[in-house]
Amino acid sequence: MGVKVLTISEDILSANEEIARNNQNQLDKHGILAVNVMSSPGAGKTSLILQTISRLKETVRIAVIEGDVASTIDADKINKQGVTAIQINTAGGCHLDANMLEKALNNLPLKDIDLLLIENVGNLICPAEFALGEHKRVMLLSVPEGDDKVYKYPLMFTEADVVFINKVDLLPLLEFDVASFTKAVSGLNPKVKVFQVSAKTGQGLEGWFSWLQEQIKETKSRHGS
Amino acid sequence: MHEFSITQSILSIALEKANAVNASKIAKVNLVLGELSGIVDDCVEFYFSFLTKNTIAAQASLSFRHPPTRLRCRNCATVFSPDNLNWTCPNCQAQTVEITSGRECYVESIEVE
Repeated sequence: MGVKVLTISEDILSANEEIARNNQNQLDKHGILAVNVMSSPGAGKTSLILQTISRLKETVRIAVIEGDVASTIDADKINKQGVTAIQINTAGGCHLDANMLEKALNNLPLKDIDLLLIENVGNLICPAEFALGEHKRVMLLSVPEGDDKVYKYPLMFTEADVVFINKVDLLPLLEFDVASFTKAVSGLNPKVKVFQVSAKTGQGLEGWFSWLQEQIKETKSRHGS
Repeated sequence: MHEFSITQSILSIALEKANAVNASKIAKVNLVLGELSGIVDDCVEFYFSFLTKNTIAAQASLSFRHPPTRLRCRNCATVFSPDNLNWTCPNCQAQTVEITSGRECYVESIEVE
């Protein structure tokens, strides 16, 4: 039997994409807005989530999924706020994938949730490639990481709906060119919203809270609940 | 960095297509992985060699094609290849670009017997 060439042209991540679409359908059925939060380790994802909970929890029913290589440190912090948090340990894996989110969704009371914040594994490369089923992608870059990251990790910046420049309270100590960073991000991704914030002090977060509330409202009205 | 899951997906796509035509053996898998996909060939080779054990792909070789990064200026539509960390349009110096190539990540074809 001779060699036969089968043309395939199938995206390697198509299986993940399909599960992600199912996840999104399930979220949509319940009128939940899902936000994928991505950044390097230590850039402030958990702090941003904690600030968001503390500001919105009286008016918005929030749940959190915490992706980490190991440990439940982050989920414990969230649970202390009286908000449901599920920890996914990837056991060394560098990103969350749609399959992991699917399992986590099965363990959440979906009918009691308006906003699902998904904290991805700290990493600027892999999470950008794996859709989870989220509606919005937000990423943080903290100023100690440097203003040259846009073209080093272009996919992450291309995919984001919101980019936070975090830890701006440290700007006086560092050489981080906010204007050139913002220009590079917007050049790559013209529709992106850029917020300059300190997730620690709360500085600059009002714009994010309003943006998020707007998205939640839109999600609700789209699903008529 | 995520070569393990990538390689699992590559194998599962290849096996599914080969089984669909009742192939007895996969000889080669042709992959297209853009420069920006950040996937390291050696890692894929390494995982592929043990994931394929006891499958019809056990003897398969992998071929890699890496389309380079190409950008299109959103201002003047010039298409260009970026310098390392300089994504400024060489024609109009605008710093607003769209990625047109380099993100590819797919199985182009397989060769079966």
